Amino acid sequence: MATRIVQFDNVRKHYQMGPVTVEALRGVSFGIEAGDYISIMGPSGCGKSTLLNLLGCLDRPTSGRFLLGEEDVSQMDDDALSAVRGARLGFVFQSYNLIQQLSVVENIEVPLYYQGRPEDESRERARELAARVGLESRMEHKPFELSGGQQQRVAIARALVNDPLVILADEPTGNLDSTSGAEILNLFDDLNQQGKTLIMVTHDTSVAKHSRRSIRLRDGHLESDVRH
Amino acid sequence: MSAINPITAFRGLTLARLKRTVRLGIKSLWLHRLRSLLTVLGIVFGVCSVIAMLAIGEGASYEAQENIKTLGSQNIILRSVKPPEEQKVTDKGSQSYVMQYGITYTDVKRIRDTIPGVTVVLPARIIRDYAWNISRRVDCELVGTVPWYPEMRNHRVAAGRFFTDTDMDGKSSVCVLGAEMVPALFPLETPLGKHIRVGGDYYLVVGVMEPRGQAVKGDESQSDASKSTGKRMYVPLETVKMRYGEVLMRRRTGSFEAERVQLHEVTVKVASLDQVMNVAEAVKQALEHGHKKKDYEVVVPLELLKRAQDIARIFNIVLGSIAAISLLVGGIGIMNIMLASVTERTREIGIRRALGARRRDIILQFLVETVLLSGAGGIIGVLLGVAIPFVVTWTADMKTIITFWSPLLAFGISALVGIVFGIYPAIRAAEMDPVEALRHE
Ligand SMILES: Nc1ncnc2c1ncn2[C@@H]1O[C@H](COP(=O)(O)OP(=O)(O)OP(=O)(O)O)[C@@H](O)[C@H]1O
Ligand SMILES: [Mg+2]
Repeated sequence: MATRIVQFDNVRKHYQMGPVTVEALRGVSFGIEAGDYISIMGPSGCGKSTLLNLLGCLDRPTSGRFLLGEEDVSQMDDDALSAVRGARLGFVFQSYNLIQQLSVVENIEVPLYYQGRPEDESRERARELAARVGLESRMEHKPFELSGGQQQRVAIARALVNDPLVILADEPTGNLDSTSGAEILNLFDDLNQQGKTLIMVTHDTSVAKHSRRSIRLRDGHLESDVRH
Repeated sequence: MSAINPITAFRGLTLARLKRTVRLGIKSLWLHRLRSLLTVLGIVFGVCSVIAMLAIGEGASYEAQENIKTLGSQNIILRSVKPPEEQKVTDKGSQSYVMQYGITYTDVKRIRDTIPGVTVVLPARIIRDYAWNISRRVDCELVGTVPWYPEMRNHRVAAGRFFTDTDMDGKSSVCVLGAEMVPALFPLETPLGKHIRVGGDYYLVVGVMEPRGQAVKGDESQSDASKSTGKRMYVPLETVKMRYGEVLMRRRTGSFEAERVQLHEVTVKVASLDQVMNVAEAVKQALEHGHKKKDYEVVVPLELLKRAQDIARIFNIVLGSIAAISLLVGGIGIMNIMLASVTERTREIGIRRALGARRRDIILQFLVETVLLSGAGGIIGVLLGVAIPFVVTWTADMKTIITFWSPLLAFGISALVGIVFGIYPAIRAAEMDPVEALRHE
């Protein structure tokens, strides 16, 4: 069987809101193998984004253990988490989150820049990836000159540039019309076919159908975990 | 374990990395060009005004000091002054009246005999009259003085010679023209060897002096009740005494005015520089004894020089404070804008953090931007500040001196302002929680 790249052991996440403690995740355990394609579903407020933020090392769990690759991420300091994000993870957001003053290629380069990779090598790789997501004619354009679907493809290229262990996507088709959304999902399918591990949060069951495995959350608990 | 551990891999600050951060900063600032420009105006004006004002102040004080030095820092100058009370009397009365005031030959003798350290005494009588070259006329001051005048006053002869002891003893009718007189009397030819007429007497021109500084003329004009023309000719003192006697008559509308002044100006040379102040004090006391009224003034160039230097120092301190305040205000302006920029770019900060930027990367980015802003402001300010003195020199005919350190210092301080006022916004940016920052609208 494939190697296990993510291990969640009884992970909890609490938010302190003044005197009130919001329990966003109440003890979640699961594992993810390399090459999998997972969708996370559940009603609004059930903790999907919270879970994805933990997976993305943007936040630390209140308690529990989180292994990414062979490393225990739950106890890392801020700099180490930044390094893990830059080297091991790729992000695709609902609202694209491109940097407005940078061109397509420059946006794709950003993760390599923070890893201190040489500039020409980074540029080469960014161009390669822009071409791979079908934007060879838009390399020097700024984000505001692109359609939503094109912007999301830039974001995907950026998520691929550091050859990450996992790509995390929070409602990647949420802002797109059905045609552009389908294009993005096809791109995800291709990537998964080439062996990329994908984790995607979605509300949409038809979107979730593209994945191989669906995790359902309810009130911070793991409700179901099915393969299809 | 993987061969390369990305967490411990070296990601230190290299020159190449700094260069890219600078380029990125320029890009971000260029995105809001107008705002960036307005932001740095405070720094621009601060730096520019400091350099320009320093240059103008430096020029003015240099010129003042140079002029004072031409009076001779080892000299003490005594001048006859018309006492104010008597001026009133002549204004009222319309009958003829002889006014007697000023420094006398007795004063000079007493100073020379009783005060040690006094080497040479240079007396001068000054008579205001018209000088003629055939039909050309110049309103000038006829200065009756002694042959050693040029060495005493650091005023050199430009052409020909000064009059000699022989001229003095022989009461000869020779004169040396001030440079300012030559163009008016002899516009085409050389004055040497020609004769000029003053009143009924003819004088042979034997020499021409070098031109003198602006402030010296202005300064000397104070000694005479009538306004100085700045045009002087020099004649042996004995000749003047013989020609004019001691009473000067001057016709005025409705009245006759006569003055009896023995010496208009006396220059006392002190043997050594550190004796000047003591001798000046002794001279003042000696004169106080001999005069009931204050009909003289004592000018000590060294004292003036020291005062000019004090004024220059105070001017620099005031300038420094203005500079500090304007740069402080400029810095606060920059900090204000950078704080706004950090809030506005919260989302960008979140994205960068998600893509692997450490806190110190964010700090570096915003700090570089602030330093670029203030540095650019500093450069613009230096350019303007260096240009303005040239314009001032050109249009207002004032001397300006740009010391080499003032642009360097002003630029250095403006860059420092960028660092000082950039740190807080940069830390604010870096302290943001990545999740919160990404959620920011
Ligand atoms: N920073 C925070 N501070 C306090 N409470 C928070 C914070 N972030 C999330 N929560 C709470 O945690 C719970 C889970 O939030 P989360 O954003 O994970 O939901 P979600 O499943 O992503 O919802 P949606 O589908 O609407 O995006 C919610 O009750 C939310 O109010
Ligand atoms: Mg959510």
